[in-house]
Amino acid sequence: MNQSTQSIDIRLIECAKTFSDGTRALEPLTLQIEAGETVVLLGPSGCGKTTTLRIIAGLESPDPGGQVLFGQDDVTNQPIERRNVGMVFQSYALFPNMSVEQNIAYGLTVRKMANDEKARRVAEMLDMMQITELAGRRIDQLSGGQRQRVALARAIAVRPRVLLLDEPLTALDALLRERLRVEIDQLLRELGITAVYVTHDQNEAMALGDRIVVMDKGMVAQTGTPQDIYYKPSNAFVADFIGTINRLRGTANKGMLQTAGGKLPWSGPDAGDIEVLFRPEDATIVALDAAELRGHVVASYFLGDRTKVLLDGIGEQTVVVETADRRQFAKGAEIGLIIKPDALMTLE
Amino acid sequence: MRRSGIFYLNLGFTLLVCAFLIVPVFLSIKAGVTENFFQGVKSGLTLRWVGEVWELYADTIYLSLLISITCLIADLLIGVPAAYVLAKKSGRTARIIEETLVLPIAIPGLAIALALIITYGGFRDFRTSWLFILVGHVLYTLPFMVRSVLAVLSSFDFKTLEEGAASLGASFWQRFFTVILPNCRSGILAGSLMVVTLSVGEFNLTWMLHTPLTKTLPVGLADSYASMRLEVASAYTLVFMVMILPLLIALQLYGQPREVGHGKPATPGSRASS
Repeated sequence: MNQSTQSIDIRLIECAKTFSDGTRALEPLTLQIEAGETVVLLGPSGCGKTTTLRIIAGLESPDPGGQVLFGQDDVTNQPIERRNVGMVFQSYALFPNMSVEQNIAYGLTVRKMANDEKARRVAEMLDMMQITELAGRRIDQLSGGQRQRVALARAIAVRPRVLLLDEPLTALDALLRERLRVEIDQLLRELGITAVYVTHDQNEAMALGDRIVVMDKGMVAQTGTPQDIYYKPSNAFVADFIGTINRLRGTANKGMLQTAGGKLPWSGPDAGDIEVLFRPEDATIVALDAAELRGHVVASYFLGDRTKVLLDGIGEQTVVVETADRRQFAKGAEIGLIIKPDALMTLE
Repeated sequence: MRRSGIFYLNLGFTLLVCAFLIVPVFLSIKAGVTENFFQGVKSGLTLRWVGEVWELYADTIYLSLLISITCLIADLLIGVPAAYVLAKKSGRTARIIEETLVLPIAIPGLAIALALIITYGGFRDFRTSWLFILVGHVLYTLPFMVRSVLAVLSSFDFKTLEEGAASLGASFWQRFFTVILPNCRSGILAGSLMVVTLSVGEFNLTWMLHTPLTKTLPVGLADSYASMRLEVASAYTLVFMVMILPLLIALQLYGQPREVGHGKPATPGSRASS
């Protein structure tokens, strides 16, 4: 489609938010979102991600001193209706008093667009979201997935400068969520629009984000590409929040790391007592005599494509590994592991 | 299916109660169209008394209609925005105002009337005009409008709908008229029917507030009961019922503020999913 509006970058400068009851929802946040980029704000509930999105949208204003810029345009004091943003809500926020078509046309109607042009634009949106056959339906006649498609069509029909999505898939069931996620991803690439996507779901964040901003307690915990976030977590919160992570404690000495479960090759500096982390998929189950680490099976879960095995005797906490082997693991059996040499991570 | 004795006992009792309530209505109607009440129906049926009521009391009927319609307009203009603001504000002050606003329901009409007379009785032109009664009616009926609209506003997430409309570029007034009001339709309709019904039938307040030149229908009724032939009073009652019954029936039909079409999404099984 011909997205006539040029995509623009978004800058938040020292945006904090304190609510009238004194709760601090957001510590001063400075964030640059490049033109055409999809940034995902990820974190548990109450981490400030939605507040950040609402500040970008213009539904909340930052505390005095904060600034929101769309390109060269300082929009800090503009209400949402003047910012030309597209917004998609978790609850869809479709107007029950209007048909699908009227919902999609709403933004164009309030802009007083000529009828024939409006009809053309609505038809284009219906086609793009593959919901042409729903045009005349009432909102309460639609399924959740259909509603979210209408909401997306409505948001992009006005050719917004930026697209803001607030947990758009949370209300849907798992299968549908997966399917719509792929569609949203394609849509964002196709439009080339600057997008900010809020979610608490790390899989969604990994799949959609050019960059992910992990937030915790009103602060940014880490910003980076999905790979950065996953393989180089900069702190314990990010490491624990994204995926599953194993922790080992040990003593590093002359290229070896001595842990409770055995010795590992170590390329880092010597240290008395350090903590290293690794992802379950970076450990491989091997014969005992070839193993670097040894532990005992606590439990194992057959997941179909792989088996998840929980081990003790290696770290202070249970170590989780995954294997595609068709082996069965008896409780209490001794198991040997090797870990990919470059997979060990440390936190500062 | 055989019905048990209990069923017939229940049915009988229900019919008895209904009869107890409805028979006086029919007797009253009969009295209004009978030539002579004391001789009974055999004296002949007539619309003479209804005609007489029209001659004597037409002005009270007009005044009741005028007051109920203006009262409705006032309630719509005050009550709907008030309900919207109250629903939007979550603070303590808003709750206190809400409670204060619905207080007149709990206060006897006579007391409201007395307060009005004490406060504004001194303004002679105001005191003697029908507007004085109107003020009383608005005070008395406003809570019903506010509550009805509040109920429908709490049945859907109107704040998010408004945010959605705002994100699409709609100004406050555009949002209010194209999103908020249309979705409150059922509550506004229910409130309106309630207000008109209450205003047409209001007696307590009105009896205190009226002057000989500003009699409403119910006040006229009381007057006719006290000073007219029974046939005229009954015919008058008949006229009143003809006016109020359609309102009551409409209230039964549309009186429940319905959920805005915002129910759960259709299940995937019930129609082609997404």
